[in-house]
Amino acid sequence: MTIACDVLIQGGGGAGCSAALHLAQRGLRVVLLERGLVGGQASGVNYGGVRQQGRHPAELPIARRSRELWGRLKDLVGTDAEFSITGHLKLARNEAEEADLIAYLDVAKQHDLPLRMVGRNAIHREYPWLGPQVVAGSFAPEDGAANPRLLAPALANAARAAGADIREHHEVVAHAHDGARFHLRTAAGEAFTAPALLNMAGFWGGRVAEAFGEPVPIEALSPNMLVTEPVPYFIEPNLGVVGGNLYLRQIPRGNVIMGGGRGESDPSVPWSRPLPEISFRTMGLAVEVIPSLAGVQVIRSWTGIDGRMPDVIPVIGPSRTTPGLFHAFGFSGHGFQLGPAIGAIMAELVVDGRTDIPLEAFRVDRFKAPAA
Amino acid sequence: MKVAVVGAGPAGVRAVERLVAAGLSPVWIDEAPDGGGRIYQRPPPGVNRDARTLYGFEARRATALHTALDALKPRSDWRPETLVWHIRPEARQLHTLHRGRQAGVDYDAAILCTGAMDRVIPVPGWTRPGVTTLGAAQIALKTQGCGIGGRVVFLGTGPLLWLVAYQYAKAGAEVAAVLDTTPFATKARATPGLLRGGATFVKGLYYIAWLRRRGIRIAEGIAPLAIEGDAGGVTGVAWRDASGREHRVACDAAGMGWGLKPEAQLADLARVPFRHDPLQANWVPERDAAGRTPVRGIYLAGDGAGIGGAEVAEIAGARAALALLEDAGHRVDPIETVPLDRKLAAQARFRAALERAFPFPSHLARGIADDTILCRCEGLRTGELRAAARAEAATGPAPEMNRAKAFTRVGMGRCQGRVCGVAAAEVLAAELGCDVTAIGRLRGQPPVKPIPIPAAGDAP
Amino acid sequence: MKLTRLRDASRPRISLTLDGTPIEAQQGDTLLTALLAGGAGHLRESEFGDGPRAGFCLMGACQDCWVVVEGMGRVRACATLAGQGMKVRRG
Repeated sequence: MTIACDVLIQGGGGAGCSAALHLAQRGLRVVLLERGLVGGQASGVNYGGVRQQGRHPAELPIARRSRELWGRLKDLVGTDAEFSITGHLKLARNEAEEADLIAYLDVAKQHDLPLRMVGRNAIHREYPWLGPQVVAGSFAPEDGAANPRLLAPALANAARAAGADIREHHEVVAHAHDGARFHLRTAAGEAFTAPALLNMAGFWGGRVAEAFGEPVPIEALSPNMLVTEPVPYFIEPNLGVVGGNLYLRQIPRGNVIMGGGRGESDPSVPWSRPLPEISFRTMGLAVEVIPSLAGVQVIRSWTGIDGRMPDVIPVIGPSRTTPGLFHAFGFSGHGFQLGPAIGAIMAELVVDGRTDIPLEAFRVDRFKAPAA
Repeated sequence: MKVAVVGAGPAGVRAVERLVAAGLSPVWIDEAPDGGGRIYQRPPPGVNRDARTLYGFEARRATALHTALDALKPRSDWRPETLVWHIRPEARQLHTLHRGRQAGVDYDAAILCTGAMDRVIPVPGWTRPGVTTLGAAQIALKTQGCGIGGRVVFLGTGPLLWLVAYQYAKAGAEVAAVLDTTPFATKARATPGLLRGGATFVKGLYYIAWLRRRGIRIAEGIAPLAIEGDAGGVTGVAWRDASGREHRVACDAAGMGWGLKPEAQLADLARVPFRHDPLQANWVPERDAAGRTPVRGIYLAGDGAGIGGAEVAEIAGARAALALLEDAGHRVDPIETVPLDRKLAAQARFRAALERAFPFPSHLARGIADDTILCRCEGLRTGELRAAARAEAATGPAPEMNRAKAFTRVGMGRCQGRVCGVAAAEVLAAELGCDVTAIGRLRGQPPVKPIPIPAAGDAP
Repeated sequence: MKLTRLRDASRPRISLTLDGTPIEAQQGDTLLTALLAGGAGHLRESEFGDGPRAGFCLMGACQDCWVVVEGMGRVRACATLAGQGMKVRRG
């Protein structure tokens, strides 16, 4: 028996679940197929940064729209996923990095992103726990962090409540398009068909695109994450550094969450693990920024699998080969904040055929060598 | 050939013994300063080490093991006070931590003898100072000459319950009560199978008879109600007997435990698959009778590979080493392996009877009150897990232990679910109306135990 | 929680402090024994308001006996030997 619907979504990360919610709210019959559990990979195991500052300028319109959705997440899905507006403080550890921060102020201004420099004197006054290596910072007061374990399941539940059919443990093994409809088959032999297909399968989105004749150079990315035992709360802002080799935040319960570098993975299983040398490098960078973390115990480390594009921004938008196919994958390690808006944008592409958000930079065929 | 052995308890000692006899010098790693495992742990220097006092009937066995251990230290790359916090089977590398210093250890083959810990069921008041595991009560007495209190109640089930009570009474502590959740009839039914245990069974009967003769209060088939206390600690234990009557006894400490569970985190990180053993009511790593796992180069022995006790651990350690040697192309005479295999098979039959005599009371775990702390690291109460399970069930997704962890933080704290994992799985399964095997088990994540962030400039 | 010394209780004495209060102990004591036989009552507070803790497993598994020793940092009291003059803080 083939299950027919209006839109098929492959991939139950934050973005896919948000798309299911937005499409269901607009009255479409949606079936979402997730190979494992919703939020099982990049969406669920990431750092939890809800950050606009520092993003590629092309991503900022999406990030701004998503931030607006984060602000009313509770109304949207019934939980705030522990979203808290702590501000995001990006640190410079030398003059070149400080120049980087100053240069970004203009980008922020163009996109109405509130951002202010915190100079050499002020930064150690405002954040006395920072190490001497830090020379300046830029502070984005609207940014913050949330619990990544909660977002995708909450969006999935809201989508279900709105009428979407969210199916976990449904691995798609065959894709076809007959000119009018898509035909998907799962590992268990179930068949699904719809005139529209959203490819939101993270790293595996590369394979879906390939199945429709538009391969992209995507690679697996496993962010190497650590968390410490709870210690008295003192790090309010979500912290990053220029260059991105360390990101760190503390939750009010006291645990310090930090990441940087990549773990190891085998997407064919799928399987992924943090790497000991990377974990120690992250700890080393963390004590340079916050010396009082020395001696605090790391109790757990983890990673998952995301897709990384060569230019480190995702693929978003319509297929160039197959009408009715829309892509949103390859978020390159920073899709968590974007997820809610991506779902809204995908719904607009499917239902309205257009969106106000400029997507040119995210074209699926941007990596193709120009025809000779 | 580079061989690593993790653990220097009964299994680890006998494994290293066989490897050394074959001319190998394994890297030998143990967390304790002086080996021996938990069962034959030696007191620190300066504390009485008289084997007869410390190990009772097991004195000869303990002394023999210590003698072998001490003789093997110079013949191996002995690394005491060292934690193996991660293993990467693809790279064949162990990651260790010794006094804050991290190191990598390459291996071609490794035998993991990581032992076991008490299996516990949360009882109201169990996080109070003065409440410990049965194993802890024994360690305090054995290695420190101390009782966990002056007047102690022992609660739970299994051979260790009776042994520890006996050891406390023998050492002059006041044992206020022994409360066994297993009814007498269940134990009696298992007696025919237990007879296979020979001396072990007789010793068990002796402890029970000795306690009865001393007039120590004993209750069987009970359900614990609470470990009561005030700001100063424990003041008493309350329980309900089989006929529904409630009782209370005053005490200042309580030891509790319901059998043992494997400390199998390293096997998990080594990507050894696990199966649920219905008789032990434990998730155990997959291995054959000789200790080979489906992961190339990884061997398991002792309680970390499924609970069998110290005697089995010694045999299994030797057997796993021989399996490793066989696989590495050494000539191993069947005259060595056959008797070991025979003993292991006989012991397995006794073990099965023991599990039937002291079954894990999953109904007690499933019935933990909502306001009882379930995960002591995260301060999570049982009702919070149930509420999350109900919310999940309402939307219909597949029930899963790790998802419950993601939602509620159960098992997410410093101990990584070692203590609460078994009970949490029962609570979740009961709430979802499914078998405990259907919800999976908490995945292992490195580090196996907490590791400190090195001071600046101290990074490895 | 008060550990009771049942045997071998006349080892050489050592002294240490817990949060500034002197504690008398014996050579060969772990920090857990030294503190809990010496009247400390508990070793740490649950971070989440669930009351005092004094260890549970005594075998380095439960992670509920962390204390801070000056010069050593955070240690498990059950797996650390007490030493003369140690300055300990509840962890």
